[in-house]
Amino acid sequence: MCLAVPGRVESIRVEAGVRMGRLNFGGVLKDVCLVSVPGIAVGDYAIVHVGFAIGRLDEAAARATLRTFAEIGRLEEELAELRATSDPDAASSSA
Amino acid sequence: MKHRAEYRDADRARRLAAEIARIVRRPWAIMEVCGGQTHALVRNGIDQMLPPEVEMIHGPGCPVCVTPVEVLDRAIAIARRPGVILCSFGDMLRVPGSRGDLFAAKGDGADVRVVYSPLDALAVAARHPDREVVFLAIGFETTAPASAMAAKLARDRGVGNFSLLVAHVLVPPAIEAIMRSPGNRVQAFLAAGHVCTVMGTGQYPPLAARHRVPIVVTGFEPLDLLDGILRTVVQLEAGRHEVENAYSRAVTDSGNETAQALLAEVFETVDRPWRGIGTIPASGWRLAAAYRDLDAELRFDVAGVTAAESPVCRSGDVLKGALKPDRCPAFGKECTPRTPLGATMVSGEGACAAYWYAGRRPRS
Ligand code: SF4
Repeated sequence: MCLAVPGRVESIRVEAGVRMGRLNFGGVLKDVCLVSVPGIAVGDYAIVHVGFAIGRLDEAAARATLRTFAEIGRLEEELAELRATSDPDAASSSA
Repeated sequence: MKHRAEYRDADRARRLAAEIARIVRRPWAIMEVCGGQTHALVRNGIDQMLPPEVEMIHGPGCPVCVTPVEVLDRAIAIARRPGVILCSFGDMLRVPGSRGDLFAAKGDGADVRVVYSPLDALAVAARHPDREVVFLAIGFETTAPASAMAAKLARDRGVGNFSLLVAHVLVPPAIEAIMRSPGNRVQAFLAAGHVCTVMGTGQYPPLAARHRVPIVVTGFEPLDLLDGILRTVVQLEAGRHEVENAYSRAVTDSGNETAQALLAEVFETVDRPWRGIGTIPASGWRLAAAYRDLDAELRFDVAGVTAAESPVCRSGDVLKGALKPDRCPAFGKECTPRTPLGATMVSGEGACAAYWYAGRRPRS
């Protein structure tokens, strides 16, 4: 759970006053809180940890990181964790 | 279990390892603080690519591993109360408390749910206004901003049935404690990149100066790790002790100031016990006075719950770098990821489990 993973911002919305984004992590979509990355826009990459964006990353660095994680088998582990915790109950209420 | 995978940059990795071997003159012990780095080092066999002079000591930076037994016991006690939903990251469920784990409590009928984010736990609370929802908030500076946000939103939205059992811990006080511990062998640190993404690098120069120890902010990929180790060895051989940022694509000097402001609003520093290490002064965060009503320890009156470690487990020595996991007499015998005696065997980022999954077997 220590790892933070780069994700691409697919869409942004304001939910009850909080800036949220739907991010794409190697094909898995996840809702992420964007309050700590003001100014981030659709198409940008954020470094995300437990549903919270902690920083930004330029596209080349993000792609390179995702590729390396995939090659060393790390991405699959992280994505499995993301998928395993996509509680459908939670997804429907937060969507 | 797959390990030492061939990756696109394997050639560059070998060249970096060769460069380290070329410049090293004396033996050095370098600690990677972060469990994610331990996992990557062992899994990709990087520690075994290094020249014999360079020894990697696996640090205490796995939050699952250093969470004290009493925090687990408190979480289990809360989870067993009627009407409670306890939300936790998945890797905490199998961490042994003094009697059983959260998974066992779940088997006995407690409502324990795995969440990906503290914000998901808050959403559970909003959906179940008739239940008390508690989030087990563990993790380093990387994880704490998400917990802080959940607390702030609970306050702003008036979610009265949400609270946090907070056990957040901080890296710089741990480095200080390691350097001060008797018999310390660590001569340089790889600092955890993502912790610095949040906090910046400003906390480290005083530590580097006081203890005359190089600190290199390092990422999590094989090349990042080798680059961090190379820069550390260059400094050690030259007798320098500076803070260097080898992860500038994700870390700036000042860090994420928005996240830091959120942390400062919600948390205050507190002395915290680390599993296997003991109490380290000012090494953790708890909810600040203005957020204390969200503190599950007070809400459920479990602060008095105390606990003891397994007498066999030597994870304290492992966490301090005094013992390699495969030298522990229980490693791979009584203690495996299926029957963990200590937290360093439970989490995939714990040093003992990292060795086991990489196929390493007992050497004692
Ligand atoms: S191998 Fe098991 S018993 Fe030994 S230190 Fe690691 S967790 Fe503890």
